[in-house]
Amino acid sequence: MLSIRNIVKQYANHRALDNVSIEIEKGSVFGLLGPNGAGKTSLIRIINQITGPDSGEVFINGERLNPSHISKIGYLPEERGLYKKMEIGEQMLYLSQLKGLNKTDATKRIKYWFEKMEIESWWNKKVEDLSKGMQQKVQFVATVVHDPELIILDEPFSGFDPVNAQVITNEILELNSNGATIIFSTHRMESVEQLCDSIALIHKSKKILDGKVKDIRNQYRSNTYRVGFSGDLKSSENEMFEVIEQASDDDLTHLTIKVQDKFSANDVLKYLIQQVQVNEFMEVIPSMNDIFIQKVKN
Amino acid sequence: MNKTLLIIKREYFSRVKKKSFLLMTFLVPMLIIGMYALVIALSINGGDNVPTVEVIDDSGIFSKGLENKKSVKFHKSTQPLDQAKQKVIADDGAFLLHIPKDVATGGKLELFSQKKAGLSVMSTIEDQLNDQMRNKMLQDAGIDAATLDNIKPDIEIVSKQLTLEGEKDSSSGAAMAVGFAAAILIYMSLFIYGIQVMRGIIEEKTSRIVEVVISSVRPFQLMMGKIIGIGLVGLTQFLLWIILSGTLMTVATNVLFKDKMEMVKSQMPSGQQQVAAQAGPGTDIVKAIQTVEWSYILPSFIIFFFGGYMLYSALFAAVGSAVDSDTETQQFMLPITLPLLFTYIMSFSFIVNNPDSSLSFWLSIIPFTSPIAMMVRLPFGVPMWELALSIVLLVGGFIFTTWVASRIYRIGILMYGKKVSFKELGKWFMYKG
Repeated sequence: MLSIRNIVKQYANHRALDNVSIEIEKGSVFGLLGPNGAGKTSLIRIINQITGPDSGEVFINGERLNPSHISKIGYLPEERGLYKKMEIGEQMLYLSQLKGLNKTDATKRIKYWFEKMEIESWWNKKVEDLSKGMQQKVQFVATVVHDPELIILDEPFSGFDPVNAQVITNEILELNSNGATIIFSTHRMESVEQLCDSIALIHKSKKILDGKVKDIRNQYRSNTYRVGFSGDLKSSENEMFEVIEQASDDDLTHLTIKVQDKFSANDVLKYLIQQVQVNEFMEVIPSMNDIFIQKVKN
Repeated sequence: MNKTLLIIKREYFSRVKKKSFLLMTFLVPMLIIGMYALVIALSINGGDNVPTVEVIDDSGIFSKGLENKKSVKFHKSTQPLDQAKQKVIADDGAFLLHIPKDVATGGKLELFSQKKAGLSVMSTIEDQLNDQMRNKMLQDAGIDAATLDNIKPDIEIVSKQLTLEGEKDSSSGAAMAVGFAAAILIYMSLFIYGIQVMRGIIEEKTSRIVEVVISSVRPFQLMMGKIIGIGLVGLTQFLLWIILSGTLMTVATNVLFKDKMEMVKSQMPSGQQQVAAQAGPGTDIVKAIQTVEWSYILPSFIIFFFGGYMLYSALFAAVGSAVDSDTETQQFMLPITLPLLFTYIMSFSFIVNNPDSSLSFWLSIIPFTSPIAMMVRLPFGVPMWELALSIVLLVGGFIFTTWVASRIYRIGILMYGKKVSFKELGKWFMYKG
């Protein structure tokens, strides 16, 4: 769907993107992750043709990026807003016509979305009369009203209350199941981890990691397990695992252990069962945040 | 292009629909007509508050008395000086002129009053006294009164424009007035509409809609759409003003004042016909206005307003894109205000007096100054090629400023919370893509 190849973007004394290449599959939910100032927004602006790269190319469905793609993308910028003094219906019409819809189609689609979001009665209201959360709903409709193939959401959940955030998340997932490709860009990695099929990590203008979430996590598994048991573990010093963390309350002990390479989780479990009453045994899979920190440290 | 049209439409209609636009559209012609009516009414009725000057003539030279004028009346006083002075102290509207005995040999005249006498009062008195004094001296030198009466030159210049189409009346007073008015109007509207462009851009920036919009259109389209849309608002306003004022003015002169002026004339005894003629400035104004060649002044006004507006509003747009609020615009406004102010001052101090000098020529050719300077020169007659050159350069000028502005604008609108310097703007200008 989207192929970003060797993008370089240089500002006066700061390189915002350094040779970044990313492939995004059609119909996927993609997470563009990285701390503030990493270059995520610069990359998104290039995809939206707001700015151009100094070198490198972007392809959408195999075609080099060109103005005809504008109507295929829905973009919710991090810095977003609406004309405060303009009526909402009129404003939606304006924005969707700018995206290339004709007036009849635009009216129809806006009505559809307003009903779906239960905001039909707002048509003649002005933006300044709406609460922040309501404005965000309208803003979301403006992003998707032209039925884009690619939806790019930059820090989508900032400014949403939890209820609205859930409403929007559900809408996004529904759009995705209808075939739209979604890109989430955020510095709060934990917020989109569960939603994304694939991710790319950007740090200091460089892509440091990308791939399917499942693969990455597998790759970053460190044979670490969490064990909960009651009873005494005679010797915590053994050749099978190393205890990283230990905590205990009344009669339950919690250990975080790293299993040595020669052994499997089953070996450890067998050993433990002989000694103590095990009531918890699970693999500790690193979160994106952990992976990021680990990756940056190296 | 279609999208630019959409933006133009939004910018245009969102402003034209505002109540303030309607208010301005109707209020301004009313004010113009009101002032016009006031001028005529005043010139017909004369001022009510004509000061009366008590004259104590110790010399006896001005025994014939001084002639009453429009701005001053004279009354010969028989009171002694001290008593008359008391009257001045008691009444703050009183004037007392004391002519000493030795006025012929250089004695100083004194004008007593509580308030300082106005310039026109002073000069009227001085002119009269000088006239009568000169007559007295000439008579003393042996020229008889009859000869003196005959030597009363009354020169009036009627300015006629001589062109291939023949000669026609022209009024350089009216021409100047029209030039002035057009120049002032352009000067003010460049600011008014330029600042509207700037505000509009700042509003889009602070409301954070700008990135939403430029993900659909190019920044250049958004900027041009705004500039053209607001420019059309300006043109609409002017057009409505011209139509409304024209209609109202015609109605006013034909209905209101025709009767009144005829009435004034018919009431006058024949001896005072001269005074009736003096009551004529109202009709003179109408006549003078008719001699101005509107057919080419109006189109030129529209062209120079729109050209000048395009040129300057692009710069205003660049400023608006670089800042986060109105208060930060100060430092960037100076380079825009300066050439405008300079032309404005030059127009009124220099160009009106020397419309054909080479400095006036250059000011009316250079794009940054031409919209105002050319309008001042135009009523005096400007060769066609100069007009054409000026317009071509103006078009080139606004293409240039728009290009410069768009390079700053595309970066500026996406910069938040940053204090920007001129150096920074220069950097933005150089960015690629």
